[in-house]
Amino acid sequence: MLHVTAYSSLFAAIEVPVLSGRINDYAAMISAPAKAEIEGKLKQFEASESTQIVILTVPSLKGDPIEDFSIRVAEAWKIGQKGSDNGVLLIVSRDDHKVRIEVGYGLEGKLTDLVAGRIVRDEIVPAFKAGQFDVGFAKGVSSIIAATHGEYKAKSKAVRNGDKPSFPLLFIIFLVIYIIFHLFKGFFGGGFGGGFFGGGGNDDNFSGGGGSFGGGGSSDEW
Amino acid sequence: MKVSTARIIAFFLFFSTLSGCGYNSIQQNEEAVNKSWGDLESQLQRRADLVPNLVATVKGAANFEKETLTAVVEARSKATSIQLTPEMLSDPAAMAKFREAQGKLSSSLSRLLVAVERYPELKANQNFRDLQNQLEGTENRISVARQRYNGAVETFNFSIRQFPNSMTNSMLLKLKPKEYFKADAAAKAVPGVKF
Repeated sequence: MLHVTAYSSLFAAIEVPVLSGRINDYAAMISAPAKAEIEGKLKQFEASESTQIVILTVPSLKGDPIEDFSIRVAEAWKIGQKGSDNGVLLIVSRDDHKVRIEVGYGLEGKLTDLVAGRIVRDEIVPAFKAGQFDVGFAKGVSSIIAATHGEYKAKSKAVRNGDKPSFPLLFIIFLVIYIIFHLFKGFFGGGFGGGFFGGGGNDDNFSGGGGSFGGGGSSDEW
Repeated sequence: MKVSTARIIAFFLFFSTLSGCGYNSIQQNEEAVNKSWGDLESQLQRRADLVPNLVATVKGAANFEKETLTAVVEARSKATSIQLTPEMLSDPAAMAKFREAQGKLSSSLSRLLVAVERYPELKANQNFRDLQNQLEGTENRISVARQRYNGAVETFNFSIRQFPNSMTNSMLLKLKPKEYFKADAAAKAVPGVKF
Protein backbone atom coordinates (compact mmCIF):
# COMPACT_ATOMS: atom_id res chain seq x y z
CA MET A 1 0.00 0.00 0.00
CA LEU A 2 2.81 2.32 0.92
CA HIS A 3 4.46 1.37 -2.28
CA VAL A 4 1.41 2.14 -4.35
CA THR A 5 1.29 5.64 -2.94
CA ALA A 6 4.95 6.12 -3.67
CA TYR A 7 4.44 4.83 -7.21
CA SER A 8 1.53 7.06 -8.05
CA SER A 9 3.20 10.06 -6.51
CA LEU A 10 5.76 9.88 -9.30
CA PHE A 11 3.19 11.59 -11.48
CA ALA A 12 2.05 14.01 -8.83
CA ALA A 13 1.79 17.67 -9.66
CA ILE A 14 -0.33 18.66 -6.67
CA GLU A 15 0.41 17.45 -3.16
CA VAL A 16 -2.12 15.60 -1.04
CA PRO A 17 -3.21 18.05 1.68
CA VAL A 18 -3.34 17.22 5.37
CA LEU A 19 -6.51 15.55 6.60
CA SER A 20 -7.75 18.09 9.13
CA GLY A 21 -11.28 16.86 9.83
CA ARG A 22 -14.42 15.75 8.06
CA ILE A 23 -14.53 19.00 6.11
CA ASN A 24 -11.23 20.12 4.63
CA ASP A 25 -12.20 23.42 3.07
CA TYR A 26 -8.87 24.53 1.64
CA ALA A 27 -10.59 26.69 -1.00
CA ALA A 28 -12.83 28.49 1.53
CA MET A 29 -16.08 27.60 -0.25
CA ILE A 30 -18.29 26.67 2.69
CA SER A 31 -19.68 29.21 5.19
CA ALA A 32 -19.23 28.61 8.92
CA PRO A 33 -22.88 27.79 9.74
CA ALA A 34 -23.18 25.40 6.78
CA LYS A 35 -19.91 23.78 7.78
CA ALA A 36 -21.13 23.19 11.34
CA GLU A 37 -24.39 21.72 10.09
CA ILE A 38 -22.79 19.37 7.56
CA GLU A 39 -20.11 18.33 10.02
CA GLY A 40 -22.76 17.43 12.59
CA LYS A 41 -24.56 15.30 10.04
CA LEU A 42 -21.41 13.48 9.01
CA LYS A 43 -20.37 12.84 12.59
CA GLN A 44 -23.77 11.45 13.46
CA PHE A 45 -23.79 9.24 10.38
CA GLU A 46 -20.41 7.79 11.24
CA ALA A 47 -21.46 7.21 14.84
CA SER A 48 -24.50 5.21 13.78
CA GLU A 49 -23.26 3.41 10.68
CA SER A 50 -19.44 3.73 10.76
CA THR A 51 -19.43 5.05 7.18
CA GLN A 52 -17.01 7.95 6.80
CA ILE A 53 -17.74 10.79 4.39
CA VAL A 54 -15.11 13.48 3.94
CA ILE A 55 -15.20 16.73 1.98
CA LEU A 56 -12.14 18.27 0.39
CA THR A 57 -12.03 21.55 -1.51
CA VAL A 58 -8.86 22.81 -3.18
CA PRO A 59 -8.31 26.11 -5.02
CA SER A 60 -6.81 24.43 -8.09
CA LEU A 61 -5.68 21.05 -9.40
CA LYS A 62 -2.66 22.60 -11.12
CA GLY A 63 -3.35 20.68 -14.29
CA ASP A 64 -3.90 17.22 -12.77
CA PRO A 65 -7.00 15.29 -13.78
CA ILE A 66 -9.39 15.29 -10.80
CA GLU A 67 -9.60 11.48 -10.93
CA ASP A 68 -5.84 11.12 -10.41
CA PHE A 69 -5.73 13.60 -7.56
CA SER A 70 -8.81 12.13 -5.95
CA ILE A 71 -7.49 8.56 -5.83
CA ARG A 72 -4.20 9.79 -4.40
CA VAL A 73 -6.04 11.65 -1.64
CA ALA A 74 -8.25 8.62 -0.98
CA GLU A 75 -5.23 6.31 -0.76
CA ALA A 76 -3.43 8.65 1.61
CA TRP A 77 -6.37 9.43 3.88
CA LYS A 78 -7.78 5.90 4.03
CA ILE A 79 -11.32 7.08 4.70
CA GLY A 80 -13.73 4.34 5.78
CA GLN A 81 -13.27 1.47 8.19
CA LYS A 82 -10.62 -1.16 7.59
CA GLY A 83 -12.24 -4.26 6.21
CA SER A 84 -15.53 -2.53 5.38
CA ASP A 85 -13.92 0.04 3.06
CA ASN A 86 -16.94 2.28 3.59
CA GLY A 87 -15.49 5.69 2.84
CA VAL A 88 -16.63 8.41 0.47
CA LEU A 89 -14.65 11.45 -0.60
CA LEU A 90 -16.43 14.48 -2.05
CA ILE A 91 -13.75 16.48 -3.75
CA VAL A 92 -14.09 19.90 -5.37
CA SER A 93 -11.63 22.10 -7.22
CA ARG A 94 -12.82 25.69 -7.06
CA ASP A 95 -11.02 27.29 -10.01
CA ASP A 96 -11.24 24.27 -12.31
CA HIS A 97 -14.98 24.01 -11.60
CA LYS A 98 -14.61 20.26 -11.14
CA VAL A 99 -16.33 18.00 -8.66
CA ARG A 100 -15.96 14.29 -8.00
CA ILE A 101 -17.36 11.69 -5.65
CA GLU A 102 -14.78 8.98 -4.93
CA VAL A 103 -16.34 5.80 -3.55
CA GLY A 104 -14.64 3.19 -1.36
CA TYR A 105 -14.75 -0.48 -2.36
CA GLY A 106 -17.32 -1.36 0.29
CA LEU A 107 -19.90 1.12 -0.96
CA GLU A 108 -19.61 0.50 -4.69
CA GLY A 109 -22.68 -1.72 -4.52
CA LYS A 110 -24.98 1.05 -3.28
CA LEU A 111 -23.22 4.19 -4.39
CA THR A 112 -22.54 2.96 -7.91
CA ASP A 113 -20.88 5.13 -10.55
CA LEU A 114 -24.35 5.78 -11.84
CA VAL A 115 -25.81 6.89 -8.51
CA ALA A 116 -22.71 8.99 -7.80
CA GLY A 117 -23.01 10.50 -11.27
CA ARG A 118 -26.62 11.45 -10.70
CA ILE A 119 -25.84 13.04 -7.34
CA VAL A 120 -23.11 15.10 -8.97
CA ARG A 121 -25.17 16.02 -12.05
CA ASP A 122 -28.56 16.59 -10.47
CA GLU A 123 -27.82 17.80 -6.94
CA ILE A 124 -24.39 19.38 -6.75
CA VAL A 125 -23.71 20.88 -10.19
CA PRO A 126 -26.99 22.89 -10.50
CA ALA A 127 -26.43 24.51 -7.08
CA PHE A 128 -22.77 25.23 -7.86
CA LYS A 129 -23.75 26.73 -11.20
CA ALA A 130 -26.03 29.12 -9.33
CA GLY A 131 -23.16 30.03 -7.01
CA GLN A 132 -24.85 28.39 -4.02
CA PHE A 133 -21.96 26.32 -2.72
CA ASP A 134 -23.43 25.73 0.76
CA VAL A 135 -26.57 24.32 -0.81
CA GLY A 136 -24.60 22.14 -3.20
CA PHE A 137 -22.49 20.61 -0.45
CA ALA A 138 -25.47 20.11 1.87
CA LYS A 139 -27.54 18.46 -0.87
CA GLY A 140 -24.62 16.36 -2.05
CA VAL A 141 -23.89 15.09 1.46
CA SER A 142 -27.56 14.35 2.16
CA SER A 143 -27.82 12.38 -1.09
CA ILE A 144 -24.66 10.42 -0.36
CA ILE A 145 -25.98 9.59 3.09
CA ALA A 146 -29.34 8.58 1.65
CA ALA A 147 -27.67 6.35 -0.93
CA THR A 148 -25.35 4.58 1.49
CA HIS A 149 -27.72 4.40 4.45
CA GLY A 150 -28.22 0.92 5.85
CA GLU A 151 -25.18 -0.67 4.22
CA TYR A 152 -23.10 -0.79 7.42
CA LYS A 153 -23.69 -0.71 11.14
CA ALA A 154 -21.32 0.88 13.61
CA LYS A 155 -19.65 -1.70 15.78
CA SER A 156 -20.06 -1.28 19.49
CA LYS A 157 -16.93 -0.13 21.28
CA ALA A 158 -16.44 -3.49 23.00
CA VAL A 159 -16.42 -5.29 19.68
CA ARG A 160 -14.12 -2.70 18.17
CA ASN A 161 -11.51 -3.30 20.85
CA GLY A 162 -11.70 -7.04 20.46
CA ASP A 163 -11.40 -6.60 16.72
CA LYS A 164 -7.70 -5.91 16.52
CA PRO A 165 -5.67 -8.89 17.60
CA SER A 166 -4.13 -8.73 14.14
CA PHE A 167 -1.47 -6.48 15.66
CA PRO A 168 -0.13 -8.73 18.41
CA LEU A 169 2.86 -6.51 19.11
CA LEU A 170 0.72 -3.44 19.50
CA PHE A 171 -1.63 -5.43 21.66
CA ILE A 172 1.16 -6.57 23.96
CA ILE A 173 2.47 -3.03 24.29
CA PHE A 174 -1.00 -1.84 25.19
CA LEU A 175 -1.34 -4.64 27.68
CA VAL A 176 1.96 -3.78 29.34
CA ILE A 177 1.07 -0.10 29.54
CA TYR A 178 -2.34 -1.01 30.85
CA ILE A 179 -0.85 -3.20 33.58
CA ILE A 180 1.61 -0.47 34.51
CA PHE A 181 -1.23 2.02 34.77
CA HIS A 182 -3.08 -0.39 36.99
CA LEU A 183 -0.03 -0.88 39.17
CA PHE A 184 0.29 2.87 39.55
CA LYS A 185 -3.39 3.07 40.31
CA GLY A 186 -2.81 0.64 43.16
CA PHE A 187 0.19 2.59 44.42
CA PHE A 188 -1.20 6.07 44.33
CA GLY A 189 -4.84 5.46 44.91
CA GLY A 190 -6.19 5.82 41.38
CA GLY A 191 -6.64 8.72 39.03
CA PHE A 192 -5.18 7.50 35.81
CA GLY A 193 -5.88 4.72 33.44
CA GLY A 194 -9.52 5.53 33.08
CA GLY A 195 -10.66 5.96 29.50
CA PHE A 196 -7.43 4.66 28.16
CA PHE A 197 -9.13 2.63 25.47
CA GLY A 198 -11.75 5.24 24.77
CA GLY A 199 -10.02 6.78 21.75
CA GLY A 200 -11.96 4.90 19.04
CA GLY A 201 -14.33 7.61 17.92
CA ASN A 202 -12.40 10.67 18.98
CA ASP A 203 -14.26 13.67 17.59
CA ASP A 204 -11.62 16.35 17.70
CA ASN A 205 -9.02 14.13 16.19
CA PHE A 206 -10.72 12.68 13.15
CA SER A 207 -8.79 10.17 11.09
CA GLY A 208 -9.45 7.65 8.35
CA GLY A 209 -10.22 4.15 9.53
CA GLY A 210 -8.09 2.32 6.93
CA GLY A 211 -10.56 1.96 4.06
CA SER A 212 -9.44 1.27 0.49
CA PHE A 213 -10.55 2.67 -2.85
CA GLY A 214 -10.40 1.36 -6.38
CA GLY A 215 -11.38 4.33 -8.52
CA GLY A 216 -15.16 3.99 -8.21
CA GLY A 217 -17.32 7.11 -8.37
CA SER A 218 -18.09 9.85 -10.81
CA SER A 219 -16.90 13.32 -11.80
CA ASP A 220 -18.39 16.30 -13.56
CA GLU A 221 -17.88 20.03 -13.96
CA TRP A 222 -20.06 23.05 -13.43
CA MET B 1 11.76 -32.28 25.95
CA LYS B 2 15.25 -31.21 24.99
CA VAL B 3 14.81 -32.56 21.49
CA SER B 4 11.72 -30.52 20.89
CA THR B 5 13.40 -27.31 22.13
CA ALA B 6 16.22 -27.94 19.70
CA ARG B 7 13.68 -28.54 16.98
CA ILE B 8 11.94 -25.31 17.68
CA ILE B 9 15.22 -23.43 17.54
CA ALA B 10 16.11 -25.17 14.30
CA PHE B 11 12.71 -24.35 12.91
CA PHE B 12 13.12 -20.67 13.70
CA LEU B 13 16.66 -20.58 12.38
CA PHE B 14 15.58 -22.25 9.18
CA PHE B 15 12.79 -19.78 8.59
CA SER B 16 14.79 -16.75 9.58
CA THR B 17 17.52 -17.66 7.10
CA LEU B 18 14.90 -18.23 4.44
CA SER B 19 13.28 -14.88 5.02
CA GLY B 20 16.74 -13.32 5.09
CA CYS B 21 17.43 -14.46 1.54
CA GLY B 22 14.05 -13.33 0.26
CA TYR B 23 12.52 -16.74 -0.39
CA ASN B 24 9.28 -15.71 1.27
CA SER B 25 9.17 -12.11 0.19
CA ILE B 26 9.67 -13.01 -3.48
CA GLN B 27 6.66 -15.29 -3.35
CA GLN B 28 4.65 -12.74 -1.48
CA ASN B 29 5.47 -10.19 -4.16
CA GLU B 30 4.50 -12.61 -6.88
CA GLU B 31 1.15 -13.18 -5.18
CA ALA B 32 0.65 -9.42 -5.07
CA VAL B 33 1.26 -9.26 -8.82
CA ASN B 34 -1.26 -12.05 -9.46
CA LYS B 35 -3.85 -10.42 -7.27
CA SER B 36 -3.52 -7.02 -8.86
CA TRP B 37 -3.66 -8.68 -12.28
CA GLY B 38 -6.93 -10.29 -11.27
CA ASP B 39 -8.31 -6.90 -10.27
CA LEU B 40 -7.23 -5.36 -13.55
CA GLU B 41 -8.73 -8.20 -15.56
CA SER B 42 -12.07 -7.95 -13.79
CA GLN B 43 -12.26 -4.23 -14.59
CA LEU B 44 -11.43 -4.92 -18.23
CA GLN B 45 -14.15 -7.57 -18.25
CA ARG B 46 -16.58 -5.09 -16.76
CA ARG B 47 -15.88 -2.72 -19.60
CA ALA B 48 -16.41 -5.46 -22.16
CA ASP B 49 -19.74 -6.29 -20.49
CA LEU B 50 -20.93 -2.71 -20.92
CA VAL B 51 -20.29 -2.64 -24.66
CA PRO B 52 -23.34 -4.62 -25.90
CA ASN B 53 -25.72 -2.29 -24.02
CA LEU B 54 -23.92 0.75 -25.28
CA VAL B 55 -24.02 -0.48 -28.87
CA ALA B 56 -27.71 -1.32 -28.60
CA THR B 57 -28.52 2.16 -27.30
CA VAL B 58 -26.47 3.96 -29.91
CA LYS B 59 -27.88 1.83 -32.74
CA GLY B 60 -31.30 3.26 -31.97
CA ALA B 61 -30.17 6.76 -32.93
CA ALA B 62 -31.19 7.90 -36.39
CA ASN B 63 -28.63 6.74 -38.98
CA PHE B 64 -25.72 6.45 -36.60
CA GLU B 65 -22.57 5.74 -38.57
CA LYS B 66 -22.20 2.00 -39.02
CA GLU B 67 -18.43 1.68 -39.26
CA THR B 68 -17.83 3.24 -35.83
CA LEU B 69 -20.19 0.72 -34.24
CA THR B 70 -18.76 -2.22 -36.15
CA ALA B 71 -15.26 -1.24 -35.03
CA VAL B 72 -16.36 -1.32 -31.39
CA VAL B 73 -18.10 -4.67 -31.71
CA GLU B 74 -15.12 -6.23 -33.46
CA ALA B 75 -12.63 -4.79 -30.98
CA ARG B 76 -14.70 -6.16 -28.13
CA SER B 77 -14.89 -9.70 -29.45
CA LYS B 78 -11.14 -9.62 -30.13
CA ALA B 79 -10.40 -8.28 -26.66
CA THR B 80 -12.54 -10.85 -24.88
CA SER B 81 -11.07 -13.72 -26.91
CA ILE B 82 -7.55 -13.07 -25.63
CA GLN B 83 -7.14 -14.14 -22.03
CA LEU B 84 -3.98 -13.97 -19.98
CA THR B 85 -3.48 -16.34 -17.07
CA PRO B 86 -1.09 -15.38 -14.25
CA GLU B 87 1.49 -17.83 -15.62
CA MET B 88 1.61 -15.84 -18.84
CA LEU B 89 2.45 -12.56 -17.14
CA SER B 90 6.15 -13.15 -17.75
CA ASP B 91 5.61 -13.67 -21.45
CA PRO B 92 6.30 -10.40 -23.33
CA ALA B 93 4.64 -11.58 -26.56
CA ALA B 94 1.41 -12.67 -24.88
CA MET B 95 1.26 -9.45 -22.91
CA ALA B 96 1.84 -7.36 -26.03
CA LYS B 97 -1.01 -9.14 -27.81
CA PHE B 98 -3.33 -8.70 -24.86
CA ARG B 99 -2.43 -5.04 -24.51
CA GLU B 100 -2.95 -4.39 -28.18
CA ALA B 101 -6.42 -5.93 -28.17
CA GLN B 102 -7.47 -3.96 -25.09
CA GLY B 103 -5.96 -0.80 -26.55
CA LYS B 104 -8.01 -1.23 -29.75
CA LEU B 105 -11.17 -1.52 -27.68
CA SER B 106 -10.22 1.63 -25.74
CA SER B 107 -9.61 3.66 -28.86
CA SER B 108 -12.71 2.41 -30.69
CA LEU B 109 -14.81 3.28 -27.64
CA SER B 110 -13.42 6.76 -27.37
CA ARG B 111 -14.04 7.27 -31.11
CA LEU B 112 -17.63 6.21 -30.52
CA LEU B 113 -18.06 8.70 -27.68
CA VAL B 114 -16.63 11.48 -29.81
CA ALA B 115 -18.96 10.56 -32.69
CA VAL B 116 -21.94 10.76 -30.35
CA GLU B 117 -21.27 14.48 -29.93
CA ARG B 118 -22.85 14.91 -33.36
CA TYR B 119 -26.15 13.32 -32.28
CA PRO B 120 -27.88 15.66 -29.86
CA GLU B 121 -30.89 13.37 -29.38
CA LEU B 122 -28.53 10.61 -28.28
CA LYS B 123 -26.68 12.88 -25.88
CA ALA B 124 -29.96 13.84 -24.27
CA ASN B 125 -31.04 10.20 -23.96
CA GLN B 126 -31.04 9.25 -20.27
CA ASN B 127 -30.16 5.64 -21.01
CA PHE B 128 -27.14 6.70 -23.01
CA ARG B 129 -25.99 9.15 -20.37
CA ASP B 130 -26.18 6.46 -17.72
CA LEU B 131 -24.15 4.10 -19.88
CA GLN B 132 -21.60 6.78 -20.58
CA ASN B 133 -21.38 7.41 -16.86
CA GLN B 134 -20.71 3.74 -16.17
CA LEU B 135 -18.20 3.55 -18.97
CA GLU B 136 -16.28 6.54 -17.63
CA GLY B 137 -16.32 5.00 -14.17
CA THR B 138 -14.98 1.75 -15.53
CA GLU B 139 -12.23 3.44 -17.51
CA ASN B 140 -11.17 5.19 -14.33
CA ARG B 141 -11.11 1.92 -12.40
CA ILE B 142 -9.06 0.35 -15.16
CA SER B 143 -6.49 3.10 -14.91
CA VAL B 144 -6.29 2.74 -11.12
CA ALA B 145 -6.01 -1.05 -11.40
CA ARG B 146 -3.36 -0.70 -14.11
CA GLN B 147 -1.29 1.62 -11.98
CA ARG B 148 -1.50 -0.78 -9.03
CA TYR B 149 -0.58 -3.73 -11.21
CA ASN B 150 2.45 -1.89 -12.58
CA GLY B 151 3.44 -0.95 -9.04
CA ALA B 152 3.24 -4.60 -7.95
CA VAL B 153 5.30 -5.66 -10.98
CA GLU B 154 7.93 -3.09 -10.17
CA THR B 155 8.21 -4.40 -6.61
CA PHE B 156 8.37 -7.99 -7.79
CA ASN B 157 10.92 -7.40 -10.53
CA PHE B 158 13.12 -5.49 -8.15
CA SER B 159 12.84 -8.18 -5.48
CA ILE B 160 14.15 -10.91 -7.77
CA ARG B 161 17.04 -8.77 -8.96
CA GLN B 162 18.17 -7.46 -5.63
CA PHE B 163 21.02 -9.27 -3.82
CA PRO B 164 20.78 -11.77 -2.15
CA ASN B 165 17.26 -12.48 -3.46
CA SER B 166 18.72 -12.78 -6.95
CA MET B 167 20.68 -15.86 -5.84
CA THR B 168 17.69 -17.40 -4.12
CA ASN B 169 15.71 -16.90 -7.27
CA SER B 170 18.30 -18.25 -9.66
CA MET B 171 18.94 -21.33 -7.50
CA LEU B 172 15.53 -22.15 -6.03
CA LEU B 173 12.56 -20.31 -7.42
CA LYS B 174 13.63 -19.56 -11.00
CA LEU B 175 10.93 -16.94 -11.53
CA LYS B 176 11.06 -14.63 -14.53
CA PRO B 177 10.39 -10.89 -14.35
CA LYS B 178 6.78 -9.89 -15.03
CA GLU B 179 5.63 -7.66 -17.85
CA TYR B 180 4.21 -4.20 -17.25
CA PHE B 181 0.78 -3.29 -18.58
CA LYS B 182 1.59 -0.01 -20.30
CA ALA B 183 -1.13 2.14 -21.71
CA ASP B 184 -1.42 1.60 -25.43
CA ALA B 185 -0.06 4.47 -27.47
CA ALA B 186 -3.06 4.31 -29.83
CA ALA B 187 -5.50 4.47 -26.93
CA LYS B 188 -3.84 7.55 -25.51
CA ALA B 189 -4.07 9.58 -28.69
CA VAL B 190 -7.13 11.79 -28.73
CA PRO B 191 -9.28 10.85 -31.70
CA GLY B 192 -9.86 13.66 -34.15
CA VAL B 193 -13.34 15.01 -34.69
CA LYS B 194 -14.45 15.08 -38.31
CA PHE B 195 -17.42 17.24 -39.19
